[in-house]
Parts: sequence; C-alpha cells; structure tokens
Amino acid sequence: MLETLLENRFSVTAVLLFGIGFLNLLLQQNLLKKVVGFNIMDSAVFLLLASLGYIEGGAAPVVAEGTSPSLYINPIPSGLVLTGIVVSVSITAFSLALIQRIYRRYGTIELDQLRERARKEDD
Amino acid sequence: MRPLWENLPFLSIFLAITAGILCAVLRSGKAAWRLTMLTTAVNTLLSAVLLGCLWPAGLSFVYTMGRFAAPYGNAIKAGPLQALLSAVFCAVLALALEGGKRDLFHDVSPARQPLYFTMVNMTAASLLALTYTNDVFTGYVFIEISTISACALVMARDTGPNLIATIRYLFMSLLGSGLFLLGLTLLNGVTGYLLMPSLAEAVAALAASGQYRLPLTAAVGLMIAGLGIKSAMFPFHLWLPAAHGGATTASSAILSGLVLKGYIVLLIVLMVRVFTLPLLEEMGVTNVLLIFGLLGMVAGSVSAIREHHIKRMLACSSVAQIGYIFMGLGLGLGFGTAAGLTASCFHILVHACCKPLLFCCAGRLSAVSGHHRSLRNLRGSAYRDAVAGVGFTVGALSMIGIPLFGGFVSKLYFASASLSSDKTAVVLLTIALSTVLNALYYVPAVLAIWEQPDEELRLHIQETADPAALAFDRSFTVSALILTAGVFVLGILYHPILNVINSGVSLL
Repeated sequence: MLETLLENRFSVTAVLLFGIGFLNLLLQQNLLKKVVGFNIMDSAVFLLLASLGYIEGGAAPVVAEGTSPSLYINPIPSGLVLTGIVVSVSITAFSLALIQRIYRRYGTIELDQLRERARKEDD
Repeated sequence: MRPLWENLPFLSIFLAITAGILCAVLRSGKAAWRLTMLTTAVNTLLSAVLLGCLWPAGLSFVYTMGRFAAPYGNAIKAGPLQALLSAVFCAVLALALEGGKRDLFHDVSPARQPLYFTMVNMTAASLLALTYTNDVFTGYVFIEISTISACALVMARDTGPNLIATIRYLFMSLLGSGLFLLGLTLLNGVTGYLLMPSLAEAVAALAASGQYRLPLTAAVGLMIAGLGIKSAMFPFHLWLPAAHGGATTASSAILSGLVLKGYIVLLIVLMVRVFTLPLLEEMGVTNVLLIFGLLGMVAGSVSAIREHHIKRMLACSSVAQIGYIFMGLGLGLGFGTAAGLTASCFHILVHACCKPLLFCCAGRLSAVSGHHRSLRNLRGSAYRDAVAGVGFTVGALSMIGIPLFGGFVSKLYFASASLSSDKTAVVLLTIALSTVLNALYYVPAVLAIWEQPDEELRLHIQETADPAALAFDRSFTVSALILTAGVFVLGILYHPILNVINSGVSLL
C-alpha cells in the first residue's frame, strides 16, 4: 500500500491538490478565494502533466553531441505545461481585474451578498 | 503541389486574430466596427469558397502547421461540415453585430468600443479554430480564449448585475476548462499523443486490448463534462440566463447562437474522430448525454416559462435547444446510421440562425418601448417596428417547430433518428412535451407583442421612449430580414444542406 503510494506520489499529490482547488472554486463564497482555488487546481494538472513526461534519471531534452536520446525526458508534456501556465496566468489576471471592478462598485467580494444586491438592482 | 485553397482555414483564423489585434490599437469604435464587419465578411466568403471546393469533390484534408511531421506538431483538418459550419458562424456573427448595432453603440462606452470589437474578433477566431483544429491541445487553448472573450462580451454593458453574471460565468467556465484539461492530461498519459488521428489509433488499440479502461473512461468523462459545462448542458446551465440575458443585444446573440456551438462542435469532432461512437456506446457515455439532453429540453423550457424578462426567457430557451443537440449526440450510432449526429449538426445551424434573430428582434422591440424588457411592458411593441415583430414571430414559430420553419426540420430529423434506435418512445415523448412547453412561453410572448396596448400603457411608453430609438433602424432591418430568410431556407430548402452535413459527418 505505502509502496504504491510512494511510486505514484506525483499522481496522488496531484489528485489531492485538484480536489482542494476544485472544492475551493466551487464552494467558497469569497471571489478571491475562488481564484486561488482555480490556481491550485491548475497547478495540480501541471504537476500531473509534468510527472507524466518525467523519466527517472533522464536529462533535460537539449540535444547535444555525445548524448543518447534514450536518456532525455519527454519534452512534449513540459511544453504543454508552459502553455498551460500562460493560459492560467492570463485567466487569473482577467478575473482579478473583474473582481476589482466588482469591489469598486459594490464594496464587497462575497458572492452571496453580491447576488442579493444584484437581485435588488434588477427589480 | 497541393491546391491553394488548403490554406483557407488557416488564413481565416489568422485574419480574425489579426483584426482583433488591429482593433485594440484603433481609437474609434466606428473604425473597429468597419474592420470587424469586413473581416467577418471576408471570412464568410473564404469559408464558402472552401465549401465550394470540398463538397462537390467529397474531400477533406489535413493541413500541417509548421514543419513538424505527424505525431508531433499541430494540424488543421477541414471537410465539408467544418467549412459549412464556419461559413454560417461567420455570417451569423456579422448579422448579429449588424442587428444589434444601435444597442451596441448605446450600451458600450465609446472608449471601450474598439476593445469590444477586439473581443468579437477573438471570439470569431476561437470559433473557427475550435471548428477546424485537429489537435486536442490547440482545442484547449482556444477554449480558454473563447472563455475570456465571451466573458468580456458579457461585461461590455457595464452594469452591476452584469458584472456579477460575468464572474459567475467565468468561474463556471474555469471549472469546465479545468476538467477538460485534466481529461486531456489523462488521455495524453495513456496514449502519449495530442494529434487527433494518432490519438484515435491509440484509443482504438487500447479499446481492443482492454488496457487502461478506467483512465480512458475517466478521460472521456472529464472532457465531456468540461465541454458540457461550457456549452450549458443541463445540470450545469445555471450561469447561462443571467449572463446571456443581461448582455447587450449583439453579445447575447453571439453568445447564445454561436459561442455555445463552438464547444459542441469540438465535442462532436472528439466523439467521432477520436473516441468513435461504438466505443462511447460501449462505455455508456452516449446514454448519459441522452439523459442530460432530455432533461435539459424540459428543464430549460420550464425555467423559460417562469421568466418574464424577454431576453432571459430567450436565454433559458437556449438551454432547452442545447438539450436537443445533446439528445441527438446521445442517440449515438442508433442501428448503424448516426442519424442523430446529422440531426444535431442541422440543429446547430437552425439554432445559430434562429436565436440571434430572436435576440436582435427582442433588443429592437425593447428599444422602441423605452428599453423596458419585461413582456408586460412590451405589449403592442410589434406595431412600433413591424419588421422586429415579424422577425420575432418567425423565430418563435421556428423554435416551437411549425412546418416550413427551420425548427420543424430538425425536430423531424431528431424524431426519425430516434426511430432507428432502441430509445424511440422516451425521445418522442420528450420531443412532444418540449414542443408543448416551447409553445407555452413563445405563444404568449408573440401574442403580447402583437396585442394592442391599452391607452394608459401607450401614453406611458410615448413618454419614456426615446424618439431617436423609434426612428427607422436600417442595419437592424437588413439583418433581421436576412436571418428571417435564413430560417425559411433551413425550413424549406433543407435537402442540399443535409447532404452537405451527411457527407461532412462521414468525412469528419
């Protein structure tokens, strides 16, 4: 049991992190905490992705003379992680800007209060 | 030497992105508007030319981006279905902007108008890319671009409730894309590929050997759930009415008519090209889609009946219409014909034509009634702009499914697709129920706008209505007439369109 966990330590950590992030994004009422939850969730996916391409003892995939290609780690997942990080950073920036706007208008970032206020404004 | 038209899909995506960037540096909203309309028109034309090249020959082709050969690199795959969809998407995008033009320049502050058009162009680019891509990760990246631009389209009309609707929409979308990314990672973990053809081979090999069945099922489930959240599949639709109902007219039309469809097109491509329908049926995924679709058809209509705000009512009705599409996908292979898939593709076109028409007309009707949006205050508004009244009526009748209108044909094909499956009874019953429910809210809405208002209300509206809004709106009239014609074309001359879809589905 412990050995399996240790062998799959990256996946186990990723699943735990994804769960934490997902629940935060879903259940938190504070908008900022939701954004943090989203970031944790994405980090979990990146960890999983990076660990999938990692080969025990492999070198960074930089081609040079005299190295055998069998010793490189798989570069594709690492590339995906980089792209994913760019996407996640831009989404975070966008949502933070939006939250700031909401705070300026309503003076609160608790979602339940905001929905109450929006309903009153709508009537 | 490969033919020149193979460059067209890439060119149209590139054009849309370039136009978006140019709009961001333009100072005036009008200039950005002209640039956007020009680009969208050119893109419509390019897609139509592509369709003209592909369909008669029954061709589809893979276009490799850069010099990296197949399992690596990035690729586009285009066939008749993709060309048809992108032509319709671009055309409807232009018509939605045209139809909502006056509202748009009224609702969005002048300083932000160029940025609004940046976002419109990004939406167009992501729609095209989601339609054409042959690479799952590119799909993911454009899903995120589409999320950001769609949220920006909602919040362009700067009111408090709209900001809150946007943030709810954003968080639901983030959940969706997180799930999709996780599914993608798992799939990449068990197969090692990202390009769809290589993925399909690997998935088929895994399915045959029975290896990694659990991760494969989980990946399929996560990807479908992710795309389902984004396209407002039934249990995940709660964000939609506020976001689509509150935005400015053009945004509502684009979001409801097009953006939801982009994700569904990617889902269809994944289902057919990568996972293949027999495997999905074996996993039971199609049954889940069918159930969610059927529930959505009823639940969307029920919430629309309870809604008095005209645009939110239309938004709720989108949930029901998306339910139809998922129901068609859920019918799966049937007895070997995939008729449900064809019906779904046709319904994507019908809804892409009908819902923007309804939103534009609703926007115009409320503009001539002093920007009131509840049905009670819209009584008699059809007499103040007859084209909007007729357009709304045509859209509503098509949604209900009256013969000669586009909606009837798709219902007919959904029903006949259900005949060749073992779920005939439940599907037919739900279509019948959903038709009754649709009539229950569309008929009162149509009656309300054509009802002669009493003296008191008329005076009240005369006082509140802006005389400038009452003046003849040429751009709206043109767009409403074209979209109305589109609904009739889909309802009467549907045979050639269905032929294109059929050949497109087989070449997917």
